Amino acid sequence: MGLNQLMFFFLSGLILVFSILTVTSRKILRAAVYLLTVLLATSGLYFLLNYEFMAAIQITLYAGGIVVLIIFSILLTSHISHKFERPALANVIAASLTGLAGSFISIWSIMKFPFNASTEPTLDVNMKEIGMQLMSTGHQGYALPFEVISILLLAALISAVIIAKKGN
Amino acid sequence: MIQDIPIQYFLIVSTIMFFVGICGFLIRHNLITILMSIELILNSVNINFLVFNKYLFPNQLQGNFFVLIVVAIAAAEASIAIALFINMYRMYNNIDVENISEMKY
Repeated sequence: MGLNQLMFFFLSGLILVFSILTVTSRKILRAAVYLLTVLLATSGLYFLLNYEFMAAIQITLYAGGIVVLIIFSILLTSHISHKFERPALANVIAASLTGLAGSFISIWSIMKFPFNASTEPTLDVNMKEIGMQLMSTGHQGYALPFEVISILLLAALISAVIIAKKGN
Repeated sequence: MIQDIPIQYFLIVSTIMFFVGICGFLIRHNLITILMSIELILNSVNINFLVFNKYLFPNQLQGNFFVLIVVAIAAAEASIAIALFINMYRMYNNIDVENISEMKY
């Protein structure tokens, strides 16, 4: 077994175990820390794919931003020692049946589909290339989604301030 | 593509992660844990985008830009959702889904 494969199995095992723990843990702060582990292991997968910039974004935005925000809101809204009640058995059965059936169908169709790995030369992904394409308006340019995202972020900023404001 | 690892391995991992997220979405009662399940779902989709980009279209960057946009939207969504949760906590003193049936201001 090569080193690549070993690393892949380690990271994917980490992802699977901790994502299941995230949705089953009965202490909410622990669930948040498990989620952090899942996100870090995902950034490891991105490093394995040689997308260093995406891995850096994953660490800074997800692990650094969203998880901190979630932990902050947990501290504001619930007691640390509080344990959730066990969910109703019918709920658990229905949800696991949905999950099992869905993943079975998806994995079956993934295994059936013939993926043809491309033989074209790999583009060297560096920050300069990403920045040039993100701001270009020509062929393979992504200037429009970039601008739309900036408007979305502005709207999110304003609406978060208005929602969190006290009184009218 | 990467030595020794077929594309299906990545897709199976992200599929299982996606459905674990859906299970959590259905089982949980607390709104913050539901938000965490949504983050799991978005994350598994991001893995799919990057893997397809790497294996099937290695001379383009489309998957990378999709991931950038999805991450930005996830951040915006998390911030607004948490602002809403804190507001609900002020009104109802807990944030379980059963107790919040109206959102009148």
